[in-house]
Amino acid sequence: MTAISVKNLSIVFGEDENETKVLDAVSFDVEKGEVFGLVGESGSGKSTVLRCIAGLYTHWTGEILIDGQPVGAQLTKERCRKIQMVFQDPYGSLHPKHTVQTTLAAPLRIHGIGDSDRRITEVLRDVGLAPHLRFRYPHQLSGGQRQRVAIARALILRPFILLLDEPTSALDVSVQAEVLNVLSDIRDREGLTYLLVSHDLAVIGHMCRRLAVMQQGLIEEVVDYADLSGSRAQKAYSRMLFDASHHYDRSMANDITAARQAGGGTVHGA
Amino acid sequence: MSAQASEVPAKRKKVAFLDREATSVTEAFLQRLLVGVHTFLSNGLAVAGLSIILLLIAVAAFAPWIATHDPNLQNLSMALKPPSSVNWFGTDEYGRDIFSRIVYGSRVTLYIVTLVTITVGPIGLIVGTVSGYYGGTVDMIVMRITDLFLAFPGLILTLTFVAILGPGLEQAVLAIALTGWPAIARLARAETMTIRSSDYIAAARLQGASSLRIIFGSIIPVCMSSVIVRLTLGMASVILTAAGLGFLGLGAQPPTPEWGAMTSAGREYMLDSWWLVTAPGVAIMVVSLAFNLFGDGLRDVLDPKSK
Repeated sequence: MTAISVKNLSIVFGEDENETKVLDAVSFDVEKGEVFGLVGESGSGKSTVLRCIAGLYTHWTGEILIDGQPVGAQLTKERCRKIQMVFQDPYGSLHPKHTVQTTLAAPLRIHGIGDSDRRITEVLRDVGLAPHLRFRYPHQLSGGQRQRVAIARALILRPFILLLDEPTSALDVSVQAEVLNVLSDIRDREGLTYLLVSHDLAVIGHMCRRLAVMQQGLIEEVVDYADLSGSRAQKAYSRMLFDASHHYDRSMANDITAARQAGGGTVHGA
Repeated sequence: MSAQASEVPAKRKKVAFLDREATSVTEAFLQRLLVGVHTFLSNGLAVAGLSIILLLIAVAAFAPWIATHDPNLQNLSMALKPPSSVNWFGTDEYGRDIFSRIVYGSRVTLYIVTLVTITVGPIGLIVGTVSGYYGGTVDMIVMRITDLFLAFPGLILTLTFVAILGPGLEQAVLAIALTGWPAIARLARAETMTIRSSDYIAAARLQGASSLRIIFGSIIPVCMSSVIVRLTLGMASVILTAAGLGFLGLGAQPPTPEWGAMTSAGREYMLDSWWLVTAPGVAIMVVSLAFNLFGDGLRDVLDPKSK
């Protein structure tokens, strides 16, 4: 079963001469219960893919199927219950004037779900937040705690797909592991599907079996992490990306620059 | 708990309520409020401003007990008497006690300030946030209308409205309110535009929140602090505008004891009887200064970034 199926997803920003094609016919499938990675350098369109799937952008073209059913451009309440998203920056994704309680109670009220007290207690326990933090404002929480609140907010409607937009890149290294473990535990227990965007290949390697490599709005290839780490990736760009994440030095930088100039700006190999 | 204790200055004395963990949303809010009150109270000038405003409110509320005379009682045999133990601030050209008129005049001033603020605040806030949130055509139309209002000097526009509506206290309030809302709307719009693309608004949309819920639940609470500060600072200019209208005879009509009108009436006697203009003039100055100081202090609390 495919949880998410994206076919020929394209999106354009700006008008006339400022027109920029951010995504160009992106296609990939995510199996149910899988953690699918999306990697690429900054500006390759990873986060844009997530925002299209989540429903934050409405002017895309192509086809997005959730659980086998096509979704429209508009955000519906039904879609909110299926897909939720965790944002990159826990300092910007929580409302500064809302306590944890208010943040978590809002989605329940919107969807007319009662029993909010019990559900909030449960979700706080799931993400490993102490109950006494429930009435704190974001400025009274640490970065890791804030990201846990953001995860709790995404989980409280019990979606079956979680879109993770670099969920750990704004966090301290020691806290990164904790947050990733929370996410892994929840997935094991609830059988969620994750679509994980990251430019940290170590995070991807820890979480995902399959991943898509993106470059300049295109999917270079969909590859198993084992193949990528074993240098069996089909595309030179994927191999370069992986190598660069392990050892990056002056000679490599020169090679990349040379390859870019030869290849007219992009590295298309093999 | 330690998280709260570490954020407030070390010199603050221990308050048990602030150092314990909140157990409800209300309690968390009250703690936040109390920290704000502490910050405000540490600003001496702001406290002075607040004290004068509180004094003004008290004087307005208890005017009949504070005033030594009937503010409108004419006594021509007592006309233009200098300050004395009977008439503390002297008497005007009709022999009315100036102190009592100033005391009753505080009611008029407060009436104008309150009415203008409670009309201008919500209207500016809603127009600004709606226009900033939706953007596009809505924003363009609304902003061209505010441009139109902001293209004229405030007092001139107010005078025009009063000329159309006719002189009088209610008309003056309406005219000041009509010229006051665009500035607030501009401010609220600018704030809205900076937060509309933030992640927490995106998260609210992903939870299925309607635009109305986002505007009232997420955007207005963020804009509120700067709008409150702006309104408080604006109160001083409302007082001055109202006094200006009164001075020109377009505000409160005789015999209402309005400070601006009193200054205007006293103008003719300024050389021989200085107290006719001095007393209401000082009252206007002190009160508008108080609102400015209060607004400044409030800004330090509500909007610490702009310090």
